[in-house]
Amino acid sequence: MRQDPLIPMLAVVTDIRQDTPDVKTFRVVGLDGKKPFVHIPGQCAMLSIPGVGEALFSITSSPTNEEYLEFSIKKCGCVTDWLHAMEPGQQATLRGPYGNGFPVDTDFAGKDLVFVAGGIGLAPLRSVINYVRHYRDRYGSVDIVYGSRSKADLVDYQEILDEWCREDGISVHLTIDNAQPDWDGHVGFVPNYVKELGFDTGKTVIMCGPPIMIKFTLAGLMEQGFPRDNIYTTLELRMKCALGRCGRCNIGDKFVCKDGPVFRLDQLDQLPDEY
Amino acid sequence: MKKCPISQLDNLFAAIAGKQKLYIPTGEAKTAAFKPWEEGMQLTSALNTVRSAKDLFFPQVENLVNFKVTGKQIEVIENRDPAEPFVVFGVRACDCRSFDILDKVFLCDPVDTYYQTRRECGVIMTLACSEPEETCFCTAFGIDPTDPAGDVSCWMSGEELYLRANTAKGEALLGSLDMLSDGGEPETDKGIFERLPLKNLPLDKFGGEHMMELFKRPEWAGLAESCLGCGTCTFVCPTCQCYDIKEFNTGDEIKRFRCWDSCMYSDFTLMSAGQPRPTQLERFRQRFMHKLVYYPSTHDGEFGCVGCGRCLQKCPISMNIVKVAKTLGEEKP
Repeated sequence: MRQDPLIPMLAVVTDIRQDTPDVKTFRVVGLDGKKPFVHIPGQCAMLSIPGVGEALFSITSSPTNEEYLEFSIKKCGCVTDWLHAMEPGQQATLRGPYGNGFPVDTDFAGKDLVFVAGGIGLAPLRSVINYVRHYRDRYGSVDIVYGSRSKADLVDYQEILDEWCREDGISVHLTIDNAQPDWDGHVGFVPNYVKELGFDTGKTVIMCGPPIMIKFTLAGLMEQGFPRDNIYTTLELRMKCALGRCGRCNIGDKFVCKDGPVFRLDQLDQLPDEY
Repeated sequence: MKKCPISQLDNLFAAIAGKQKLYIPTGEAKTAAFKPWEEGMQLTSALNTVRSAKDLFFPQVENLVNFKVTGKQIEVIENRDPAEPFVVFGVRACDCRSFDILDKVFLCDPVDTYYQTRRECGVIMTLACSEPEETCFCTAFGIDPTDPAGDVSCWMSGEELYLRANTAKGEALLGSLDMLSDGGEPETDKGIFERLPLKNLPLDKFGGEHMMELFKRPEWAGLAESCLGCGTCTFVCPTCQCYDIKEFNTGDEIKRFRCWDSCMYSDFTLMSAGQPRPTQLERFRQRFMHKLVYYPSTHDGEFGCVGCGRCLQKCPISMNIVKVAKTLGEEKP
């Protein structure tokens, strides 16, 4: 029988980590206990529990992790509610990887990188960040600006503190929206913080977060003189197939599932503003 | 070229149907449809069917796969609808072109094997047109209604049905039919080109290079204003291929199936995070931009419309691609 791209493989969720009140990170392996496939940072995969539905999620683990895939998923709908309710050992269906991914081995090579993330927007960037950490000598300086509503809403907080913050040549800039007693870090919204930090306009910016964060961060970056062809973001639209056929995720003549999800700002400038 | 007397059409159909399933267009004009041939069934007098022959290759609903969920275990169970060889007779030139358009969507890498299997199993026998409907505009897309493509092209001329094989599949089919004799040439009436009422569609302003300009045109608001979002245009369209993937719990297994969907529907792109096409204007614009701009942009300028005119006939508010093309494509005085 022919193998169709719509037929998923089986996988097992071996570990579930509660990251924030509404974000869990799921560790996924194939039935043979091995990593199901090799991906590029920024690519996505279709996860599903039959009976609940399929949905596309960005792969948050780095390709340099050879043991498993990880997905950080915010609870916000039918499929994600179900995923959040399940227990380790649960089988799931998986297909992918999909999309173009970030140009980690080409355009990013040798560059100074500034990552800007808000809330669950860290999920796709974590894959890139850990890839860059693994091949640290291939890149210049690394800055990570990450913000969320509160300290409890910072995804991967422990990894950020224990690993990212302790690494030479990586500057982590955390911020939360409102002051709280157990927080002595920066307080304020991401766009303003990025502006305050005043990065060199020759740095490559890689952004992911809620649309409102993207909008205001961009406005700030433009004001500071960052070129649009050196700013990258990753998009998400509704998808059923992830093969460019179901017709949902197009922005003009590009499909987010296969032409994206990663776009440079100057590429998005050529497309209708419908995302 | 082969031929057979039109009076022998029943015998021809019987001979084809004796070897594989045969579908022919049958029924009154308002309900004409491709149906499995059976003894005594008559060809429709209508020029075309209400829904196109697309259904035979990309059915409205089809099984993808089943799952059995037991505790934390999942079993994947093959559940493809069985594919069997079939012939479809009487496909018009416009609908035949729609397969070129669908092929480019479904047969590019990674191949959609459900569609591919049906395409391989199906033999398309087209039938030349001699008189257009008032809603026909296939020639606007370079289609010759008097010389349709397909595995076998057929013409009804005088008392004879002429048949010409265009592919190996078509050769094999005609070779299996004893009652055919070698024939001359059908008389085709090229006058139909002059009688096509909507043949001069202004299409040169469309295509990928005009994407941003067309997307921003203020006329979309007026064009979309009355759209009910019923999706009828997408369901009768031979080139619409948007689909949904749904699941149904049979009580024993989970059946995952694919079904047609419509970009005209408000929940088509709805996400928990938001809605990129929040009003009917965006949804309406998406459908026509896809046919006239986005599809050509990614497919060497080929339009995603074949001019069959079904959407002109069926839209309850009489809005359609011809009005869109005329409104946006005509020179402003």
